[in-house]
Amino acid sequence: MRRTPELSPADGLTRLAGYPFHIVTWVDDAGYPVSAAVGASMDVAGGSASFATPAGLVIPVDREVSLTGSHIRPQPGYGYDERRHVTVWGRASVAPDGAVTFTAAHAWGWDEQETPFFEYSERSVGQSRKYFDALSSERGTPVKPRLSLPFLALRATRLPFLTATIVPVVVGIAIAASHGRFDLVTAALTVIGAAFTQLGLNVANDVFDTTQGADDANVTPTQFSGGSRVIQYGLVSLRSMAAIAAVCYLAAATIGLILLAIAPSVELLVIGIVGIVVSLGYTAPPLRFVYRGLGEVAVALGFGPLMLLGAYVVQTHGALAWEPFVASVPIALLVALILYVNEIPDRRGDARAGKRTLPVRFPQRVIITGYRIAAALAFAVVIVGVVAGWLPIPALLVLLTIPLALQVSRGLAPNYDNPYGLMAVMGVNIKLHLYAGVLLFAAYLIVLVLGAVAPSVPVFVSVIG
Amino acid sequence: MRPLPEQASQLLDAALVGELTVVRPDGRPVTYPLIPLRDGDRVYMTSSTLFSKKLEHIAANPRVSLSITDPVAVGGAAGRLTIQGDARVIAEDPHGGWERLLPIWEAKEPAIVAFLKVRVALPLFFERALIEIVPRRVLLWPDGDTSVAPQVSELVEEAA
Repeated sequence: MRRTPELSPADGLTRLAGYPFHIVTWVDDAGYPVSAAVGASMDVAGGSASFATPAGLVIPVDREVSLTGSHIRPQPGYGYDERRHVTVWGRASVAPDGAVTFTAAHAWGWDEQETPFFEYSERSVGQSRKYFDALSSERGTPVKPRLSLPFLALRATRLPFLTATIVPVVVGIAIAASHGRFDLVTAALTVIGAAFTQLGLNVANDVFDTTQGADDANVTPTQFSGGSRVIQYGLVSLRSMAAIAAVCYLAAATIGLILLAIAPSVELLVIGIVGIVVSLGYTAPPLRFVYRGLGEVAVALGFGPLMLLGAYVVQTHGALAWEPFVASVPIALLVALILYVNEIPDRRGDARAGKRTLPVRFPQRVIITGYRIAAALAFAVVIVGVVAGWLPIPALLVLLTIPLALQVSRGLAPNYDNPYGLMAVMGVNIKLHLYAGVLLFAAYLIVLVLGAVAPSVPVFVSVIG
Repeated sequence: MRPLPEQASQLLDAALVGELTVVRPDGRPVTYPLIPLRDGDRVYMTSSTLFSKKLEHIAANPRVSLSITDPVAVGGAAGRLTIQGDARVIAEDPHGGWERLLPIWEAKEPAIVAFLKVRVALPLFFERALIEIVPRRVLLWPDGDTSVAPQVSELVEEAA
């Protein structure tokens, strides 16, 4: 993959015409490049440029000459922006009066307004690999890019995304506590076990997306999408990532078995097995849910009912109830919407890799409408749940996050084709899930406090009726 | 070796960007915009491994030039220059060896320190090599006007 895009000679000349001056460059007879500023006039249709020979210099006619335009805008106290440059190569002919006619043959250039720096960097990852390979070969020992261990762990496991697990698990524990069932040790083990499941999923996702070509095909990853990239960047090997995923799943399974020993129930066993299958099957063959457009369903199921009910049944030793299930639905919808929006910038690379996600399958209009319907449904479930007496009245606090959903909804269309513009929208969408979960958790804390200090105060609509 | 002309040093210190030209194996000059970092009479630049093709060219042919041409990039200071010199790539420690030039870089691009603190976001950008240029010859246009012949300073005595 070429880093600096090749341009046609005409495109190169057209771009050069936009620069206030140009730099003519050639290699002198001693083998050193020489450059001087000139003011060239472009004849795009004729494929040429003309300018005066800089005084005291001799422009050669027997070798290639280049014309370069380079631009930055200084930003005092920061640095600069608006980086762009273009170079056109060709041959020069020089008239007796020193007038130069330059005939364009090749061109290349980069404009960060056309190709954002992050994408430009991503397209250049192969060159970095080549550099380290050459350095390793020269030194006879592997030389790899490096990150400090905390940063590497953060990046490889995508640790900040653990909110997707912590939200449903703590809400499930809080609901169980509101039902009079709470044990600190099993609650802590549940959080840790669920976290290991997600870390295993995150790392396994990178492994399988690499082996199936999806991460390599993606040249517009962002902070929230496109995987951790640690394999692509050469920071961690595929084999090591596979081992890390296996260790995480092993830790999750071990904690699951401990929980089963402490609080045995068929319900927990079933939830645990289904959870591991959904987690592994998310990207791993043969299930590959996300490659079949079922990623949202898998994520909703895994980070909604399975996590929340799993945490609940640990506390209740297998007793199920409608309340935790209803509470899991808005969380499930909002977490699925994180994936849904994060797939938008990945859709071109995903399509190339045969990853048929929903944004790959459906046009922008359908995807944005789908977001609005699913987000509205999440809030509708809360309202209906409260009115029907399934959820406590304080759960209506979740509705405070509606402005965030509106912000995401409004931000999708203008940034649909701009992965880096969409980053801010993805950030708000993640906050939407987190804040909604925190408010639902707060609702159950209110229920618990009221139950302790004012048990006669009704917290369910059905109780009022 | 003679020192750089005073105005050349001033332009190098002021420039937010200069144009490094290297020579490809087929003889074609290739120009890359980079931040020039002067340390005494040597000029340094750093290149991310992401954009390391220029390093391959320098390793194969150390003859390079660095020009400062853009009045905007030097804060409106008068003058233009081209330095011809011999370059070498310093790649002993791509992870942090280049950071010795960070104070000079930061003076020109203060934001770089903030970016470095979140190295995790763009790790390969901060895997870098240093390019060291020993200037041999300076072409200086004191008023920036290239319709007037440049002042030429030979910094290296040719062997007899």
